Amino acid sequence: MNLVRNHVLISIDAGTIMAGARAVEKALVDEINRQGLAGEIAVLETGSIGATGQGVVIVVYPEGLYYANVTPEDASEIVEEHLLKGRPVKRLIMTEMPRQQVIRKEKTGLLKEQARIVLRNSGVINPENIDEYIAEGGYEGIERAFTELKPAGVIKEIKDSGLVGRGGAAFTTAMKWDFASKAPGDPKYIICNADEGEPGTFKDRLILEGDPHKLIEGMMLAGYAVGAAKGFIYIRGEYALSIERLEKAITQARLYGLLGENILESGFSFDLAVMKGAGAYVCGEETALIESLEGKRGHPRNKPPYPVTEGLWGKPTVVNNVETLANVPEIIRNGAAWYRGYGTDKCPGTKVYTIIGNVATPGLIEAEMGTTLRDIIYEYAGGIKEGKKFKGALVGGAAGAFMGPEMLDAKMDFVNLKEYAAVLGSGAILVMDESTDIVGMLQSVLHFFKHESCGHCVPCRLGTKQLVEIVDRIAGGKGKVEDIESLVKISEVMRDTSFCPLGQSLNLPISSSLKYFRDEVYGRVQQPA
Amino acid sequence: MNREAILKKFEPNLSNILYIMHDLQDNNPERYLAKEDIEACGDYLNVPYSYVHSVASFYTMFSLKPRGRNIIRLCESPPCHLMGADSLIDYLKGSLKVDIGGTTKDGMFTLELTSCLGVCGVAPAMMLNEEMFGNLTPEKVDSILDKRRKEI
Repeated sequence: MNLVRNHVLISIDAGTIMAGARAVEKALVDEINRQGLAGEIAVLETGSIGATGQGVVIVVYPEGLYYANVTPEDASEIVEEHLLKGRPVKRLIMTEMPRQQVIRKEKTGLLKEQARIVLRNSGVINPENIDEYIAEGGYEGIERAFTELKPAGVIKEIKDSGLVGRGGAAFTTAMKWDFASKAPGDPKYIICNADEGEPGTFKDRLILEGDPHKLIEGMMLAGYAVGAAKGFIYIRGEYALSIERLEKAITQARLYGLLGENILESGFSFDLAVMKGAGAYVCGEETALIESLEGKRGHPRNKPPYPVTEGLWGKPTVVNNVETLANVPEIIRNGAAWYRGYGTDKCPGTKVYTIIGNVATPGLIEAEMGTTLRDIIYEYAGGIKEGKKFKGALVGGAAGAFMGPEMLDAKMDFVNLKEYAAVLGSGAILVMDESTDIVGMLQSVLHFFKHESCGHCVPCRLGTKQLVEIVDRIAGGKGKVEDIESLVKISEVMRDTSFCPLGQSLNLPISSSLKYFRDEVYGRVQQPA
Repeated sequence: MNREAILKKFEPNLSNILYIMHDLQDNNPERYLAKEDIEACGDYLNVPYSYVHSVASFYTMFSLKPRGRNIIRLCESPPCHLMGADSLIDYLKGSLKVDIGGTTKDGMFTLELTSCLGVCGVAPAMMLNEEMFGNLTPEKVDSILDKRRKEI
């Protein structure tokens, strides 16, 4: 048997594929074969390593050396110089390294290296190989559930961990599961909400692409806890690679007897199906998503009844976000007490963020709950691009809130941000430098909502249209002071009367933009004589 | 593949309607759901024409009018806006001589806008058919479209 002396990991996700990762992979393999190193060097695919916008990224082990912006033409040099002669190709070495560890909320001078929770395996294992997930402790959670915890114990462990939903609403996960497990009705369903549409958010895509088995195990545990035999993953139609990887992972899990009848002789049967959406932001709302799964227009439903009692086809249904479910196997495997070692008392665990906009290194990061915005921007993302000044950030996606410089030291978690009338939402952090036009940003946000309003209820259907007309007028220099007041008033009515969170959430970007950038917005309208 | 064969791939359950419409649209050379597609889907699932039409019109990935051979879907979400999507929209409108939703005279490209594509790390971004492109500039867009013109 040949001993593999170097492993070359190539990050294959939507971003790197765009930069030509498949061609680089092929060139590397061809070159390794040509130079007769086939038995000694293995090229493996992995998920996102957390850096985006740096082209094709590869990592050479055991050195752990990162190369960025690799092209197929570089393959022969890398193989000959580094892999054959042991001399790294300096010009390609990544200078802006992604941080692979969780940042502690209280820094003690040095950053302590920690295992990540949700992203622990992303960019480390080959997501298309179930054995690699198992080797990293995968499917140990479900084993512990079967042998030790039993369904009630799983719910208790999740309850003790304090896990809340990571999709934006921050509802207590254990409570959802508990309601569904006690609700009369059969069969019951588990739905994973992978309809990630909040602008600036792509964490769920990278979790799915980097570690699909973690989601499968999380859904199995949810199914076991509430007594469901069937799960659906509702995923955006645009996420082609995620769909492909998930389907592969499901097939492998079935082959290993981890999905299907009588899993691991436990008496528990569970299977999964992937459902593809077709481009509708509102389907991220759980009842609209259920309607869409049933083959209807994705209009939200009246609540109550909530899905936990009457969901898919009128049966008890748990709807959880990808990131929420990806936390579950780690909690069950390591225990609630371990999980509580991360984050804050009121908000344990970590949060996965996508940090984008005018930062030096945009990307995907996982930070403990309670980490400050300043640390996220300056420690993780390398600060503001081109040394410019920080002006503000839009946190939580389009349905999120603007934050000004005075919020840089606020601790980011679901509970604490509420006190500042802000939200963590989906975890998207769009950073704006000093040159950003706030009215232009607000305009973009409001246009987004006008386009995505489903038309079901009057306040949102008409309100979004009015708001767009007004903000366009202000941006065009024809606005008046009363226009700004109308923006606030209309969005308040929408907040109080809209049918679903889409219309309700628009007030937040409007009121927060005025809170932090009042002078700038008022400076854009005609001043009263 | 003919319509019949596409339909037969799926169980006649209403929950398969999005999958069926995705496939019918991909199969249509004009990349839209024609009257005949909607009829066939309705007959197969045993729902009225109006029902299928109402579902199709709700989701942005489905088109009810003929489109060009290639579909450009430019992201206009706030992250791409921040990185300059606006000027790209204007540039494409001018260079292709179409409005949003319009198709070029030679039937080569249809210009559409889309919500966040989830590749914000390389904003501004667009999809050309199934493929994503990022870090766009007018020059880069030109070379992508030129390449596509030559491929056909």
